[in-house]
Amino acid sequence: MTCTEFLAQLDEMLDQDAAIPLRADLEEHLRCCEHCEITLSTTRTTIQIYRSHEIYELPEDLRERLHKAILAKCRKS
Amino acid sequence: MAAYEKLVKQYDRQVFRIANHIVQNREDAEDVVQDAFLKAYQKLNQFQGNSKFYTWLVRIAVNESLMRLRKRRTGKMVSIDEDVETDEGSMPRDLADWSPDPEALYGQSEMADILRRTIQGLPPGFRVVFALRDVEGLSTEETAETLGLSIPAVKSRLLRARLQLRERLSRYFKRDAKPAQAQDGAK
Repeated sequence: MTCTEFLAQLDEMLDQDAAIPLRADLEEHLRCCEHCEITLSTTRTTIQIYRSHEIYELPEDLRERLHKAILAKCRKS
Repeated sequence: MAAYEKLVKQYDRQVFRIANHIVQNREDAEDVVQDAFLKAYQKLNQFQGNSKFYTWLVRIAVNESLMRLRKRRTGKMVSIDEDVETDEGSMPRDLADWSPDPEALYGQSEMADILRRTIQGLPPGFRVVFALRDVEGLSTEETAETLGLSIPAVKSRLLRARLQLRERLSRYFKRDAKPAQAQDGAK
């Protein structure tokens, strides 16, 4: 298996799709290819970090202001 | 109205996040939240029970966000197909391993800043797919339905979005990275 072939299946590996065709071949490739192993682990970390950090926080005062504005507009419409 | 208020409270944070991911501007995102919930309220009778209310609302919010982007660019057409025909991210280049605990390298607000600036560099059509699939947890099918894209198109954009983000974050998180590099801004 080449790195390009591995990369084509990367999403399935990341999403831990149990039904990946060629799973054994992918795992075999990972065992002997450090680059793909790093790509898989760091891409997985990328997703985890974006999931665990609230980068667009909605502060409570703004939230209340938005609720009031939304409900007022809905009542008017 | 009380029932609708409950829906607003249930989904406002998600809509605010998705809008921010697309428009990359807090004031515009606030407007999107208001417009999306108003539009959803006005179209409630058109809501088909065969899709979840949340994915229906997200579709409205995505369209409102793209309209905002277009307004900001003085009428230039903006679509989720923009700039997606790039080869960047199709093959990883920076293959240095990362620090075992990259989150320990930066404080909370500095990390949020790095993540915001990094995702900002992606085309809107990649940002939105990544936000819906990986941040909001929609399935590939829901993301495709919400964005009016085919499943292969969602998969292709998601892979390239993930690889581009990984590549751009490498400079901050690789083993020899110094926190001071965060000052330089994302690539």
